[in-house]
Amino acid sequence: MSAISIIGRLTFREAIRRRIMLAGLVLGIAFVILFSIGTHFIFGQIARNTAVNMPSQMAANVMMAETTNGFLMMGLYAATFLSVAMAALLGADTLAGEINSGTIQTIATKPIRRADVVLGKWLGFAWLLGLYVLLMCGGIVLSVFIQRGHIPQNLWIGLGLIYMEAIVIMTITLMLSAAFPALATGGIVFGLYGLSFIGGWIEEIGAALQSDTAIKVGIITSLINPSESLWKRAVFEMQSPIMNMFWGSPFASASVPSLLMMGYAFLYLLVVLFVAVRIFQNRDL
Amino acid sequence: MADAIETNQLRKVFGDYAAVKGLTLQVKQSEVFGFLGPNGAGKTTSMKMLLGLIAPTSGEASLLGKPIGYREAMSRVGFLPEHFRFQEWLTADEFLLLHGQLLGMKKDDLQQRRDELLERVGLTPFRKKHLRTFSKGMLQRVGLAQALLNRPALVFLDEPTSGLDPVGRRLVRDVIREVRAQGTSVFLNSHLLSEIEVTCDRVGFIQHGEVVRVLDLASLSNGQTSVTIRVSNLGAESLNGLSQWGREIQMDGEFVHMIVAADTVLPEVTRYLVSQNAEVYSITPNRTSLEDIFIETVGKDGGL
Repeated sequence: MSAISIIGRLTFREAIRRRIMLAGLVLGIAFVILFSIGTHFIFGQIARNTAVNMPSQMAANVMMAETTNGFLMMGLYAATFLSVAMAALLGADTLAGEINSGTIQTIATKPIRRADVVLGKWLGFAWLLGLYVLLMCGGIVLSVFIQRGHIPQNLWIGLGLIYMEAIVIMTITLMLSAAFPALATGGIVFGLYGLSFIGGWIEEIGAALQSDTAIKVGIITSLINPSESLWKRAVFEMQSPIMNMFWGSPFASASVPSLLMMGYAFLYLLVVLFVAVRIFQNRDL
Repeated sequence: MADAIETNQLRKVFGDYAAVKGLTLQVKQSEVFGFLGPNGAGKTTSMKMLLGLIAPTSGEASLLGKPIGYREAMSRVGFLPEHFRFQEWLTADEFLLLHGQLLGMKKDDLQQRRDELLERVGLTPFRKKHLRTFSKGMLQRVGLAQALLNRPALVFLDEPTSGLDPVGRRLVRDVIREVRAQGTSVFLNSHLLSEIEVTCDRVGFIQHGEVVRVLDLASLSNGQTSVTIRVSNLGAESLNGLSQWGREIQMDGEFVHMIVAADTVLPEVTRYLVSQNAEVYSITPNRTSLEDIFIETVGKDGGL
């Protein structure tokens, strides 16, 4: 077994044993149940209202389909946020904590490369986040499917982009964790996430008001942290064309991140991972 | 054969503070080398540089003939860190398995070696327990087992007896002797002088980040042994006769003090005294204690 896979399994097992995943799982299931109860009543009410108010059956159907997808996006938005939070929580303490406690010393003096430690942890977390995103987002999609028989278009592309957003945040966290203490790492990661989130809004509003400067601000923040642009692309992929015409909400995309930006996000991920390895390689333990 | 450890002017500077100024030392194969020095002298930093945990600012060093940080050499090195913390959510079994896997050990060999070492450190009944339930002494024992998994050619022990009761300390001492007999070199970092004294072949004194003295512990008792003999009914002539084995002979009541070349002459001295019809109650060699040398070397203030 290679050193990367030994560390990867260890990382996976640690999250399970230390009940981090259990806590995430319980809260995640609670979240899906709450979402299901809420949408159950909302969908019922909307169905009654549209039946009365809409001029034709077809209009009522379109309205219902759009509303359903809108609520689905809202649910996925919350699930994405929780996945990002999970990514930051998993990564923040890992290298920083083990350097601080000295646990890393017996690992780093084994005949393995330091890069193996970082890559192994990354792989372990990537597995965990994959399961988490699938559970959370899958739960929301399944809930809406059972209630309304609705499946969003390009579901797998959308989920893939959401997963990638969580991976981007986890990788940034891992990199910072190689250099800074856990608390500072957590603080910076949430700062970067906030920056990207605000940048996304500015870009969104800028697009609606046709302000080039505002759009540029959004693009620059996406270059600093492309996580929010991944979400916006995910929404664009899964949202129906009608809903995408509405602007100014995080559940719909007015300014759609380009495929170029998606390519950039992927490259960004690789560079951050590379930097994480370099920092850890050059660090005194 | 290459030395277990060889360093030349190894230096580490943190900011404008030189934690290790210029470490030059050799540790031979199958030798137990004690690393002594006051707190803050640079012992742990030196050890971490040798193990590749800290990059030296300048200078060079090799382990088992390979430059430090060389992975192939690390598969033959063991390490028990000071104040270590391990993956406490693992059981003792899983913990040793993990470290054996990281060492690249074969499955069968690893399992056999793990069982052997758990038995040796007395943890077999606790092998299925999580490390978080272990006492400090038990953690130290499992840490020691971890350091010996790969039958290392060189093992670093940083304060291995800290937190151990007398039984545990005895265990560490015995284990050090055993691995040395099998040809392993031991680099022992300890502030317990009595422990260094009974386990080490040589000691290096480090102060302000430099090796200030290297001492062969065998020489402590050779040539410099002062002896106290409790004896009665010893005539002046018989007393003078002792001069064939030693010098500076003084009589103080029923105690005779003298300095002999080596304690190997003591049986002869005893036979002589008995033949002179003296009543011998005790013969005690007073070895110059390591503590005396330590204080003499680093000063009473501990080099602060």
